[in-house]
Amino acid sequence: MATDVLGARIKRVEDPRFITGKGRYLDDIKLAGMTYMSILRSPYAHANIRSIDTAAARAMPGVVLVLVGADIPYNPLPMAWPAGGVAGIRNNINTPRVLATDSVKWTGEGVAAVIAETVAQAVDALEAIVVEWEPLPVVVDAEKATQPGAPQLHENAPNNVVFEWTVGDKAGTDAALEAAPVIVRQRIVNQRLIPNPMEVRGDIGVYNPGTDEYTIWMSSQTPHIQRLLLSAFVMGIPEHKIRCISPDIGGAFGTKIFCYADMALCLFASKALNGRPVKWVETRRENYQSTIHGRDHITYLEIAGTREGEITGLRVKTYANLGGRLSTIGPGIPTTLYGRVLSGCYRIPNVYCEVTGVYTNTTFVDAYRGAGRPEATYVIERAMDLFADEIGLDPAELRRRNFIAPDKFPYDNPSGLGTASNGEKIYIDSGNYEPAMDMALATAGYASIDKAKADARARGKYLGIGLSTYIEVCGVAPSKWIGAVGEGWGAAMWESANLKIHLTGKVVLTMGTQPQGQGHETTYAQIVSSELGIPMDDIIVQHSDTQGTPFGYGSYGSRTASVGGTAAVKAAGKIREKARQYAAHMLEAAVDDIEVVGAEYRVKGSPEKMKTLQEVVFALDLGFSLPAGMEPYLDETAYYDTPNCTWPFGTHVAIVEIDEETGKVDLVRYVAVDDVGKKINPMIVDGQLHGGIAQGVGQALWEGAVYGDDGQLLSGSMLDYAVPRASWFPNFELGETVTPSPVNPLGVKGVGEAGAIASTAAVANAVIDALSPFGIRHLDMPYTAPKVWRAMHDKEARS
Amino acid sequence: MTEQVRLTVNGVAHEITVEPRQLLVHALREDLGLTGTHVGCDTSQCGACTVQLNGAAVKSCTVLAVQVDGGSITTIEGMAPEGGLHALQNAFWEKHGLQCGFCTPGMIMAAADLLAGNPDPTDDEIRHGIEGNLCRCTGYQNIVAAIREAGSTLRAGAPVPAGAQD
Ligand code: FES
Ligand code: FES
Repeated sequence: MATDVLGARIKRVEDPRFITGKGRYLDDIKLAGMTYMSILRSPYAHANIRSIDTAAARAMPGVVLVLVGADIPYNPLPMAWPAGGVAGIRNNINTPRVLATDSVKWTGEGVAAVIAETVAQAVDALEAIVVEWEPLPVVVDAEKATQPGAPQLHENAPNNVVFEWTVGDKAGTDAALEAAPVIVRQRIVNQRLIPNPMEVRGDIGVYNPGTDEYTIWMSSQTPHIQRLLLSAFVMGIPEHKIRCISPDIGGAFGTKIFCYADMALCLFASKALNGRPVKWVETRRENYQSTIHGRDHITYLEIAGTREGEITGLRVKTYANLGGRLSTIGPGIPTTLYGRVLSGCYRIPNVYCEVTGVYTNTTFVDAYRGAGRPEATYVIERAMDLFADEIGLDPAELRRRNFIAPDKFPYDNPSGLGTASNGEKIYIDSGNYEPAMDMALATAGYASIDKAKADARARGKYLGIGLSTYIEVCGVAPSKWIGAVGEGWGAAMWESANLKIHLTGKVVLTMGTQPQGQGHETTYAQIVSSELGIPMDDIIVQHSDTQGTPFGYGSYGSRTASVGGTAAVKAAGKIREKARQYAAHMLEAAVDDIEVVGAEYRVKGSPEKMKTLQEVVFALDLGFSLPAGMEPYLDETAYYDTPNCTWPFGTHVAIVEIDEETGKVDLVRYVAVDDVGKKINPMIVDGQLHGGIAQGVGQALWEGAVYGDDGQLLSGSMLDYAVPRASWFPNFELGETVTPSPVNPLGVKGVGEAGAIASTAAVANAVIDALSPFGIRHLDMPYTAPKVWRAMHDKEARS
Repeated sequence: MTEQVRLTVNGVAHEITVEPRQLLVHALREDLGLTGTHVGCDTSQCGACTVQLNGAAVKSCTVLAVQVDGGSITTIEGMAPEGGLHALQNAFWEKHGLQCGFCTPGMIMAAADLLAGNPDPTDDEIRHGIEGNLCRCTGYQNIVAAIREAGSTLRAGAPVPAGAQD
């Protein structure tokens, strides 16, 4: 039965092309007459450009064009999400130009481009460009950058401050902290990460001199948004003159959401070359320098409560490093998506958070898997453990005592993911946190952990267990709330679907969302198959091309299943209703007398009188005989604006062992119980959790972008940055509770980010637990062997 | 300056003209149009470019095209006859061993080498055996499951049906 398709572990329809080497990623595309671009990037983290001499490069073999910033008349890149929420909050905005003109603000900022007949010729010619630099003082640390005397990056940003943003009740929180019998304070660093999708970014720009139109293939999560941003904000050309196409994407994790300089550069160059295609694919080293980074917070947290374990207040001050210039939505991540969800799944009456966004001489920082919520979860989950340690209470019990109770939903959290000026609310709509925690603790053997610790000691290991009881906000977001909340979001957040059933009964669903490995072609087909009773094989899902798909905001923020999926449900509903009306016409029955069972449209009470959907489609698409007022063809478009966000939650438990001789940390078990609502394809959901957990564990144990004081990216290649390998992980043990989301008809919440949001804190808490015999209460990530060994042996090394 | 290189790729003999600095991966992708072999890094870390050279897995970004003169290469496109699937390809599909698919060809080529030398590996041996190949999507769990499954299929000697597409 087709209805069983929803919720089934169905093999992915996109896989045959990928397992046979027939995927078509950006670098696989070759066009006639194609040229190749290479970008000269700044070797300095901060410098003025005195002059650029490109004469020698222009004379190199194969070179067809050399560009510098002054050649390009476009605007700087757009800022689509300044920090907002407080009346009159000021954002001191500086975004990159397509190529830098006067100065550079990080190592890797683009200053010139060579376009040549081959990649090798373009790269060779770069070396012939002579730039006269005037190096300037450098600052890479966000907190230091705000101090008096720090090097200044931008005239309009005194003390390198992008914005100072606050949320919550300052007076109430101050009073709660003042009155609390117990208060714990800790400085914690959420280190900078390099996202590392296995496919780097790239573009192919093609200008058509005959029609004055532009086409760009881009490795992008957001082709529709890029068309809007490139046309209206950067290039100043009409939106309908650009077509954006995303081919297969080899992972993204947020990095491919944004508007990058290279996109406009390829289009400009193609126009300058009278329409020859211009291809640019970054190298991995370039990816490390000039595609966005993630995280990079320095946070001072204060958590207050009673000796009995009632948390009464949380006060947080964060310095968010946003890089040398701002990426497309950089300021939105450490504000709305961080400060507003800091209290997590806990009933904390007083919460106040200040965030200072800061310019430093580093690569820009923007949304990386989880985007703000992993940072928030890390703060609150470390804070809960610190508080439990302070009052001598079991960390699980402290969580239990402070969970928002299941009867308290919908719940307005006090850090105010709250009420817009028009009364629109974002509330935590559902949750039941204890069963998930109990299941995770039971699976992990929490009750007998002391024995496990003793056994480990006998083997020369220190064993530790850590929890993370997380919630996340997904499925962003109600457009009317966005419009009224003053958060500075430059976009609404609905999604769209177009569904056509052609004469032969074959179905085409076109979506405005954009997969990067999540299996949309399978899950959307499952939805349509279930809604209409049509076999999966008869459905194809199309996406990724602004020509031919309805406008959509793209895929990120764990929003595609809940918002895009519901748009597909709605489109199928419209199709079903029209088919029902036409079946009534064919069967000469009243519309109300037609019932739909799978793909059969039956007259109630006389099931032998029925038409199959195929029969309906054939007649309706031909349109020889139509009831009055009905248009031919089954072709329906639906737009869906969600009434609320969705709120996945769960408990992750990590068990680590630390070698007493070397300080090496091994993750020995990982248990995750997640409630992501109903699942369209549980196999795909599990895969998303695995990948997310691995990325979050990576942050806790190995990963970190490191800058020298001179602004050189020391972790500047895959040799130097620890992308985790297979042997570093155990098998993850997954469990579930299922609380359907009340927000959408599918009952889904979203799962792309859950693993990454929860796992970093769980592993960090486990490592600190393992180190507690040394009196260690906190240590900043990543927990590499040298750092842990030093902390075990040297009190000074503990933060 | 260019050089002539003769090589057999997926059973087909080719003669190509390359610069001495040309990497094998670029020869495969650009000269022969075999874009299933991917480039994921510039420091020989990721394994996305893994192919088999004279029966052993190599990172094709670490080999110059001129070095393989006279050699025989298998890429992901040559793992099974057109329309068929190798046991590993089938197992990656069955076990959801891929998400974005970018690492997948290299992963399958490395796994084939592993299974050739160790037909019945433990999970731990699989995890170490594919250590030269990075995947950022899957957390490796389903890749390990897929390789285990393919190992048992191959040990059972069950022929993988041509066109095993469902
Ligand atoms: S391309 Fe990364 S190892 Fe060859
Ligand atoms: S499936 Fe995306 S990198 Fe492995």
